[in-house]
Amino acid sequence: MAATSSYQPKSGFAKWLEARLPIIGLVHSSFVVYPVPRNLNYLWTFGAILAFMLVVQIATGVVLAMHYTPHATMAMTSIEQIMRDVNYGWLLRYLHANGGSMFFLAVYIHMLRGLYYGSYKEPREVLWILGVIIFLLMMATAFMGYVLPWGQMSFWAATVITNLFSAIPLVGESITTWLWGGFAVDNPTLNRFYSLHYLLPFMIAGVVVLHIWALHVVGQNNPTGIEIKSKQDTVPFTPHATIKDSFGLACFLILFAWLVFFLPNYLGHPDNYIAADPLKTPPHIVPEWYFLPFYAILRAIPNKLLGVIALFGSIAILIFVPWLDTSRVRSAVYRPLYRQFFWIFVLTGIGLGYLGSQQPEGVYVIAARILTFYYFAHFLIVMPLIGILERPKPMPSSITEAVLAKVKDQSGVAAETRA
Amino acid sequence: MTSLVRATGTPTMKRLPLALAALVALGLSSALPAVAQEPQHEGDSGTVHYPIRKPEQLTWTFAGFFGHFDPAQLQRGFQVYREVCANCHSMKLVAFRALGQEGGPHFGDAEVKALAAEYQITDGPDASGDMFERPGRPSDYLPSPFPNDQAAAAANGGAVPPDLSLMAKARGVGRGVLWGLLDFFTQYQEGGPDYIHALLTGYSEPPEGVEVPEGANYNPYFNAGPALAMPPPLSDGQVTYADGTPGTVDQYARDVSAFLMWVAEPHLVERKRMGFQVVIFLIVFAGLMYVTKKKVWAAVPH
Repeated sequence: MAATSSYQPKSGFAKWLEARLPIIGLVHSSFVVYPVPRNLNYLWTFGAILAFMLVVQIATGVVLAMHYTPHATMAMTSIEQIMRDVNYGWLLRYLHANGGSMFFLAVYIHMLRGLYYGSYKEPREVLWILGVIIFLLMMATAFMGYVLPWGQMSFWAATVITNLFSAIPLVGESITTWLWGGFAVDNPTLNRFYSLHYLLPFMIAGVVVLHIWALHVVGQNNPTGIEIKSKQDTVPFTPHATIKDSFGLACFLILFAWLVFFLPNYLGHPDNYIAADPLKTPPHIVPEWYFLPFYAILRAIPNKLLGVIALFGSIAILIFVPWLDTSRVRSAVYRPLYRQFFWIFVLTGIGLGYLGSQQPEGVYVIAARILTFYYFAHFLIVMPLIGILERPKPMPSSITEAVLAKVKDQSGVAAETRA
Repeated sequence: MTSLVRATGTPTMKRLPLALAALVALGLSSALPAVAQEPQHEGDSGTVHYPIRKPEQLTWTFAGFFGHFDPAQLQRGFQVYREVCANCHSMKLVAFRALGQEGGPHFGDAEVKALAAEYQITDGPDASGDMFERPGRPSDYLPSPFPNDQAAAAANGGAVPPDLSLMAKARGVGRGVLWGLLDFFTQYQEGGPDYIHALLTGYSEPPEGVEVPEGANYNPYFNAGPALAMPPPLSDGQVTYADGTPGTVDQYARDVSAFLMWVAEPHLVERKRMGFQVVIFLIVFAGLMYVTKKKVWAAVPH
């Protein structure tokens, strides 16, 4: 998506097409000759992995939609027909359900990589914000998808989440009724969730295009956080990044296959194999694992409205990260203090996830409050303060210098071990 | 990314992350002892007044990487369902044809036809608008014991016996964080059948001081509601197996639990077989990608 292309069409047809629509040149400049920093590690393969997962979800989802019936009395039966009678229906459905989890696993790694190496910092603010928008759309899509089987957890998750909007003063009740299409979660709710669950992935795909466009304008960040300065700092996307992404993806798919074929219900909840019953509340309503940290934040706050604000705030705050981080240095590699706080933040997230899976009572509530406070403090206090107080380590002058120093270091160690 | 702590920043600055980490750890550790004491159960809503026991973990043929169903066991399990469970419990998602499935009970075609024909199915309306009864066909679904939930409740003291089509996946036991993580590697997915077996064999006299509500039964494994309405369904010698397998409650419970697992997950064998092929393929493919990547990057220090 760079403005100029070095692509030279060879065949007659390619020349003809290129003169009318330079699409081969666009692909060529974006995914073939596009210069990528030579020092990218495997954390940078998650962009490609996420793109692949989006395609998997859309492809399996479109076929599932051919067999699914979005009706309160038939949804679960239609899914069981898919599981039992549709050719490889069980495979499609387990791929799609576990694919959601794998999608979130990849996106969390992708986001934490960005936080660690300062990928949100100037000039990549818009790139980062587009990423936050994709994350929000993913959350909405995943939530609505979870409702579609119309099992007990589907129904009660829909009830809990849509009820959040009733916390809005004055208009809350009306908004909730409007969302439901009635006075409770029922068939109209299922219908609109299905419609939106089909729509949102294509919006995600659209924002992904913008995300990649923005990426190709500003260029990729890299583990040193130093901008590309010369041609020798880079390698061409193909074959270097292509093959590395392929290897990363293959490893990721082994994990995916392990879940789909051997533990397809590992991440699900048994209650969702019980048909939705509006008269019977499950004793313990929990969302899917990827929402647990945010669920913990919601429940940590005793006031409903403030809880909802905290829930949305915990995601919205990511938008402001480029300006909350005051450090002149991008990468945590050269930020000894930030690096430690980064890992504390990761532990906080995991801790919140655990607390989100527990009953909100006693010590769990206290722990959730401490961690919720720290979650926000990380962005609002730690990030701005450390950037000012921290003394970064000396930085190499270029990517190449960093790479060569590392290689020399390693061969030195190798020579020592040989001797 | 070598040493994590290097002498940078002021002395107080160095201790700041540690202090915060301690604070976070404190918050977490205060939560942890409670986890150890309090057993986690999906139905543990405070309505059950006796401690709920964890089901015993049994060895199942369908567990693990090479898991497969034992057709003889599934056929026995179907017999138990048919002669005992089906008096009250429906199994609406299962068609007779499925009983002939390879990898499942694997009844022969003629057996499935004969089996279906033993049932009377309500069909219609016919040309004059009347419903009529006819012998079952392989394409029919197993008929339910009651015409509707109200009739089921009326005949069972107000409680509707749940449909068993998905029972083996709709029940489970909280595994806690550590067991849960371990399950990922051991591929433990048999919480459902373990639970059903434990429930069917777990009826006992209530211990002293435990009051069981009128019409309910004491079963320390039941975790899906406040009280278990189902009386002990199995007794020794109740079902006579044709293959000479001993007719004990434990055996019936194992067989019917295995059968219910197949009912809930009829493509399990096909799934695991394909999974084996897919995982082998992906490992080889990843290996090839790695070697190619090595070669492509050989000339570029990175």
